[in-house]
Amino acid sequence: MSEKPKAPRWTLWLPLALFAGFVVLVVGGLVRPKNNDIASQMIGKPLPAFSLPAGSDSRPALDAAHFKGGKPRLLNIFASWCIPCRAEAPVLEELRRAGVEIDGIAIRDRREDLAAFLGQYGNPYARIGVDDVSRVQLAIGSSGVPETFVIDAQGTIRYQHIGDIRPDQIPMILDKLKEAGQ
Amino acid sequence: MLPEIGLGLLWLAAALAGLQLLAGAAGLTASGQAMAPLVRPVAIVQGVLAALAFACLITLFVETDVSVKLVAENSHSAKPLMYKIAGTWGNHEGSMLLWVTVMGLGGAFVALVERRLPERTMLATLAGQAFVSLGFYAFLLLASNPFARLYPAPEDGNGLNPLLQDPGLAFHPPTLYLGYVGLSIAFSFAIGALVTRQVGADFARAMRPWVLGAWIFLTVGITAGSYWAYYVLGWGGWWFWDPVENASLMPWLAATALLHSCSVLAARNALRTWTVMLGVVAFSMSMIGTFLVRSGILTSVHAFAVDPKRGSFILALLAIYIGGALLLFALRAGTVSEGERFNITSREGALVFNNVMLSSILAITLLGTLYPLVTEAFGAKVSVGPPYFTPVSAMFALPMVLVLLVGPLLRWRRDGLGRVKAQVVGPVLIIVICGVSAYALGVHALLPLLGLAVAPALIVASFLPLKGRNLRRAPLSLWGMVVAHAGMGVALFGMASDSAFSLERLVAARQGETVAVGPWSVTLTDVGPVSGPNWTAMEGLLQASYAGGKPVVLKPQSRTFWAPLQTNANSALYTRWNGQLYTVLGEETVADNGAARWQLRLWWKPFVPMIWVGGLMIALGGFLALISRVAQDLKRRVAQAKGDFRREAIAKLEKGA
Repeated sequence: MSEKPKAPRWTLWLPLALFAGFVVLVVGGLVRPKNNDIASQMIGKPLPAFSLPAGSDSRPALDAAHFKGGKPRLLNIFASWCIPCRAEAPVLEELRRAGVEIDGIAIRDRREDLAAFLGQYGNPYARIGVDDVSRVQLAIGSSGVPETFVIDAQGTIRYQHIGDIRPDQIPMILDKLKEAGQ
Repeated sequence: MLPEIGLGLLWLAAALAGLQLLAGAAGLTASGQAMAPLVRPVAIVQGVLAALAFACLITLFVETDVSVKLVAENSHSAKPLMYKIAGTWGNHEGSMLLWVTVMGLGGAFVALVERRLPERTMLATLAGQAFVSLGFYAFLLLASNPFARLYPAPEDGNGLNPLLQDPGLAFHPPTLYLGYVGLSIAFSFAIGALVTRQVGADFARAMRPWVLGAWIFLTVGITAGSYWAYYVLGWGGWWFWDPVENASLMPWLAATALLHSCSVLAARNALRTWTVMLGVVAFSMSMIGTFLVRSGILTSVHAFAVDPKRGSFILALLAIYIGGALLLFALRAGTVSEGERFNITSREGALVFNNVMLSSILAITLLGTLYPLVTEAFGAKVSVGPPYFTPVSAMFALPMVLVLLVGPLLRWRRDGLGRVKAQVVGPVLIIVICGVSAYALGVHALLPLLGLAVAPALIVASFLPLKGRNLRRAPLSLWGMVVAHAGMGVALFGMASDSAFSLERLVAARQGETVAVGPWSVTLTDVGPVSGPNWTAMEGLLQASYAGGKPVVLKPQSRTFWAPLQTNANSALYTRWNGQLYTVLGEETVADNGAARWQLRLWWKPFVPMIWVGGLMIALGGFLALISRVAQDLKRRVAQAKGDFRREAIAKLEKGA
């Protein structure tokens, strides 16, 4: 007879303990002021070397070397399956219209999904690389999508924006780009 | 006047819920037993009053009484009648009123028909149901009054979110709510059983039909919701692992596990504590899901009724009810006597495996849904998407399906695999053949390949328990199991086929241009304006022909609603036996030479409708099982009544003699 022996008493408290953890977590989520200014470990460091294949027929592939020279650029980490990215797309488009050059890294994406995403929500990117295993994403200190980095003309990471850029944050991003250009 | 009547009814219902709780609790004590007979009638009246209040709100929406704030904000006089009615629950307050109505009616229904539970457990159950209702009444009356007036009244209302103005969606939320809230009955049963410590086969037999009923509605609701997202959102996908979708999936997973553990408890009197815990967990998942969606704590594609302030109220309710129930569980479950033992290779063993896998999928779904919150606590915002959910849930779902091939063939208590070996040869052969042919057809991605290999085997294996039986005499509950399990196979095949074989084209097409997608060639023959009751649209006229056959006409639209002002792509679909052609008309783009082009997205999705056909089969299986259980119960009751009558007659005769 191999039914498990009677479970020890403490296991009966486990569901309650897990639920308590859940409550602590969401109470934290409810009371915490929304705050996205977190300094990244990688700020001030040069962009690690990488070379990613192109994610779209209409845009070239992405290489860390492209960030050397020229003017400061944005590097946007996104994915077609990421819902905040849909909300962010028009904001990026507006930044592009303001003359900002944006490169994109699509995380764990399929080409056809990516094409559909760009077709529906617009394509503000100058270059798009695909990172199928999040290797480059992790190397540059990003843990989620969407995230956006300000990279200066020397290829140094100057600012990391976690989460989607909201319309009211456009001036802030433009300021960060200007700072990076000085 | 009507809004005030509705509000009054609601307060009365809340007061009765309070009485029901007190009378139920007092009825359990020695000194308060006189209160016990009150409980059932009060539960029934409470349910009826809540339903009447809901009827008042529907009437206000139908009449478009804009002096009521909720109507002014969510309805419009130019809306078709069906959407006026649907508007009642297309918003936060209305849907919460629907929630308490379903809960009240559920309690009333239990009070009216349930006779199998020991009377003390019944009292505790109805008191538990009233206790939970009371919290939601408080939430409704104190924080989300649906009958609040608006001074001065506006000229007309704001209208309903156009995405919600769809026949499928009009009746999708009530279906889902019947499921979510129906699980509150299982929750109350579990509370009742914990209070009186009476957990056994009889308890499981009494609880099972209620769980089945809620589960059927959940299944239908999820299936309909998935189809709605598929054709209304215009993204061609049918499941996005969005928090709202996960909120409906999690109670379903828990309820599915509960159904299976219930049958172990009913047939073999084993898994006692586990079943009681699942009863608590299933409805807890309904409440947690509602909280996550309503509080706006997670970003979602379809958050239609979000209010962070109300989040804290619902959270307090969650803490009281779920925390309280789990505390009761921790204190009492240890004293529930241990159930029967069984061997691993047995029907129970297979069902335990099913339960572990379902609970694992539930856990990883909950973890993935909450993960953005966890990282946010550490200062990072992330979106967890299909790359996490799909493979991780498949990791548990596939072994579950493999065990499902054998499980229903096993005997209770103790069995050997040797006995069923001969029967399993067929399904195993099918797995090999289908796997090899799918690979030869060019399906090299792991999950779709496994899905295509396993799904047909599951469909065939589902019917094996019927082998050697007289089909007409096989019990209806057996048929229910067969149909539901086969439905799993059908749905799995649709899912795998969708990700393995779907073809997509996105083009900017000129008028008259022909685009090929898979076996279809689609011609954009015309684009012109059309108008509806509260929208105008550009409508594309597409001539589509399958493999050079007779063309069919599809009319996808890009609609502009004017109350509220919003554009929305209305896809057009054509269904064949072997798949679906899915077309979306996008925006007009003007090329450099001035020629107008229209964005056109086309998909050919082989066998994709099987996903929803499978979902409905699963629900149908549940329905057959429910009929069988109810019929059994009726038969038992009639027999008992006859027996009582005879015994009485004999007693009378004896007295007379």
